[in-house]
Amino acid sequence: MKEVTTSGHRGLDFEEPLLFEQGARGRTGVDLPEAKGAKNRLGGLQRKGDVGLPGLSEPQVIRHFTRLSQKNYGIDTGFYPLGSCTMKHNPRLNEKMARLPGFASLHPLQPFSTVQGALEVIDQVAAWLKTLTGLHGVAMSPAAGAQGELCGMMAIRAALTERGDARSRVLVPESAHGTNPATAASLGYQVDPVPGNARGRMDLDAFRAKLGPDVAAVMLTNPNTCGLFENDILEVANAIHDAGGFLYADGANFNAIVGRVRPVDLGVDCMHINLHKTFSTPHGGGGPGSGPVVLSKALAPFAPYPFLVHDEKGLRLAENGQDAPKDAKPFGRLKGFHGQMGMFVRALTYMLSHGGDGLRQVADDAVLNANYLLAALKDELSAPYPGPCMHEALFDDATLRAHGITTLDFAKALIDEGFHPMTIYFPLVVHGALLMEPTECESREGLDQFIQTVKALMARLKSGETAYFQEAPRLAPRRRLDETQAARRPVLRFRPEA
Amino acid sequence: MRYLPLTDEDRQKMLETIGVHSVDDLFVDVPKAACLAKPLDLPDHQGELEVERTLTALAARNLDAASVPSFLGAGLYRHFIPAAVDHLIQRGEFLTAYTPYQPEISQGTLQTLFEFQTQVVLLTGMEVANASMYDGATATAEAILMARRITRRDHVVISGGLHPHYRDVAGTLAIGGELESLPPEVAGDETLAAKITPKTACVVVQNPDFFGNLKDLTEIAGACQAAGALLIAVVTEALSLGAVESPGGMGADIVAAEGQSFGNALNFGGPTVGLLACREKFVRQMPGRLCGQTVDVDGRRGWVLTLSTREQHIRREKATSNICTNSGLCALAFAVHVALLGEEGLCRLALINHEKAVALAESLAELPGVELVTENFFNEFTVALPAPAAGVVERLAERRILAGVPLSRLYPDEKALENHLLVAVTELAEEKDMKALCDGLKEVLP
Repeated sequence: MKEVTTSGHRGLDFEEPLLFEQGARGRTGVDLPEAKGAKNRLGGLQRKGDVGLPGLSEPQVIRHFTRLSQKNYGIDTGFYPLGSCTMKHNPRLNEKMARLPGFASLHPLQPFSTVQGALEVIDQVAAWLKTLTGLHGVAMSPAAGAQGELCGMMAIRAALTERGDARSRVLVPESAHGTNPATAASLGYQVDPVPGNARGRMDLDAFRAKLGPDVAAVMLTNPNTCGLFENDILEVANAIHDAGGFLYADGANFNAIVGRVRPVDLGVDCMHINLHKTFSTPHGGGGPGSGPVVLSKALAPFAPYPFLVHDEKGLRLAENGQDAPKDAKPFGRLKGFHGQMGMFVRALTYMLSHGGDGLRQVADDAVLNANYLLAALKDELSAPYPGPCMHEALFDDATLRAHGITTLDFAKALIDEGFHPMTIYFPLVVHGALLMEPTECESREGLDQFIQTVKALMARLKSGETAYFQEAPRLAPRRRLDETQAARRPVLRFRPEA
Repeated sequence: MRYLPLTDEDRQKMLETIGVHSVDDLFVDVPKAACLAKPLDLPDHQGELEVERTLTALAARNLDAASVPSFLGAGLYRHFIPAAVDHLIQRGEFLTAYTPYQPEISQGTLQTLFEFQTQVVLLTGMEVANASMYDGATATAEAILMARRITRRDHVVISGGLHPHYRDVAGTLAIGGELESLPPEVAGDETLAAKITPKTACVVVQNPDFFGNLKDLTEIAGACQAAGALLIAVVTEALSLGAVESPGGMGADIVAAEGQSFGNALNFGGPTVGLLACREKFVRQMPGRLCGQTVDVDGRRGWVLTLSTREQHIRREKATSNICTNSGLCALAFAVHVALLGEEGLCRLALINHEKAVALAESLAELPGVELVTENFFNEFTVALPAPAAGVVERLAERRILAGVPLSRLYPDEKALENHLLVAVTELAEEKDMKALCDGLKEVLP
């Protein structure tokens, strides 16, 4: 689509140059007093040249980032059924509470006597997580889900090492998130993939055949990434326990069962919980996350520093070997300071808002919405597994391919229709996957509009308009971007033109 | 429930469309034995007002560093955050977007990341930077893993001036490495070069170091280069880069830093934003997300996530790291604050911090029994008190003064550091705050 305006802008769709292309010397967005010119104690290590930052006034900075924000699709903008990512509403009360000076302006190394309210927040979030999962302990410090995985697997490794039973293999279903095999491999484990069965679950016989005295754990996501409940979970748990290994649960999809099913009753030994998925902390364009890990009684002593301790003076943190209780056997430390406090405040706000009753309704409505999509679209798109599904509905590209387009083409056409596409090409176990997760926050009217749009697109496709899809998107701030060029000749920073 | 749009009538109609009688029918795959028979023992839902009251009461039980004279640093620093920063990061299009998997409708996040990467490159004096890590400590651990992959060596020399949390995180995450940590030297003297062997992958040095000492890295950079090892420079106070020669300028190969000082509140320690930058030739060994420039089919400039063949969602068990999420929104806050500062604001702010720190250091040194240990520093220094610092800090906290970080909090095993106090001074410290600290110390010191 050729530019039709002189400025390059098109109505409310602005072309915005880089910060570095609009700065000027002598301009700034802050007013600071002159330095006094007193003697310095930099020891001759003063910066020699300019940093090279552009100077912009506050109105320019506000306009720049406002325009950039308008090129982004968020949950606030519209329906965002990005499967496996749980794009649920981010309540603004969460944001307001996290910004209370009593939380936001606390330094992590203040004396414990001055931060009892903050430690109480951590304690309360921990208590909710323990009640909701039924597990014995919780490590609060992991910075994100992937670090939570690492934390859980390190606790498992430490428990095995303590019993003199170092093991070398970790079983991971083929449908798992990429972080699972990456985590196991980074700990030096050999990753052994377990195939799925025709029903979209891990193949129980194949799993049993792979068990042995060298298997440390199986990393299972339940509900799995196909949006299906692993209904053999109790057999899986018994089998891995009989073999002396542990059941690691990837809690990415805990939002589907929260308040209805406790992981402890599924035989889970440990599980990370992505607070942004189940407890509505914002995704923020890719973080920050927070990934507390609930641990069984056998694994809890290995939780990393720091952890909460109740003593006669109230709450404190055990931060090192000197102040830890005698029965603690922490495997180390995963993060600077004490974890993602800002996320704990948001999560607690959400927990209190929903209550136990509301969280169960969250799971019910998330599952209901996904099944509604599956029922409405299974005859339009191709659904590899019959329902019911859990919180997300999975389709493959059989119908799309039959009409000459790819999953990517279909996703890009949805962009023109004003929807954020579903997750595509994941999980890897079905061809050209389209994974839709509506979450509990979408209204029936919203779902109906999406369903009608998908049906209309399919009618267009079936009438032979393949080019319409292959050329999409036409109406977004950018059309398809050349990813090959980006990778072949990486330009990863701005450089002024010579 | 205010966050749930479905009505009972909606639910009924939807169940009919699906062809089941109740929501329970959708949970048939869950083993009956595992389904909760009765609701969990948790409170019921509450309105916004009630929840706000509960959280406000919890917040009120803390002594926030904004309301009293505060001199805590040790890796996180309370700086003034311009109002524009929070306004912009709360825009829903930034706040409620996810990782830019669909670049055509994520150009806002992507262009911001490209600008963030460029800012980090300029500040650190390096050639490339990624789109952020969790925090400075994990960035340092990832830098070490990266250096080991690049050099195919496992021996790592860690300066005694590295933040103890960073040292511990590196020790926890450095699976299979041989980490050699030097003991803490409060005055910053240590001979790192002597520890380098032909098996050394990297030397890790923090500047300013944990105790505040500024270091010239050129010599150790030369020693690393001569031995085929890499120099990892760690920066916990990113604002120092506005006054002090950049790590790149002193010969570092990789820079791992904490970026919290720009745009991010203390938040009791998290979330913050880790920075990771390096020389261009190492980019394919970098962990985490990278944003790159390209064009769309109409030839217009745009941005995408790139070189993702390093990452877990593509490479699975062969990825450079298991990292998935980064610190997107904190990186945005960083980018906005640095944009507002610009060259002039950054340098001026850095100098103000330094001058205030020098002034307080010299005032403290005049107190009887107090000795200034740090010779050259940016905005943080160590003083030796005539009494255990932890007790002094407790007593000053009772007087509503947050005096600094007693080194014993982080080095409980080092008896020699028991009397040492780490003091940070930013632009937020007013003269009356500094006077309050000096007066308070006079009262509580023996």
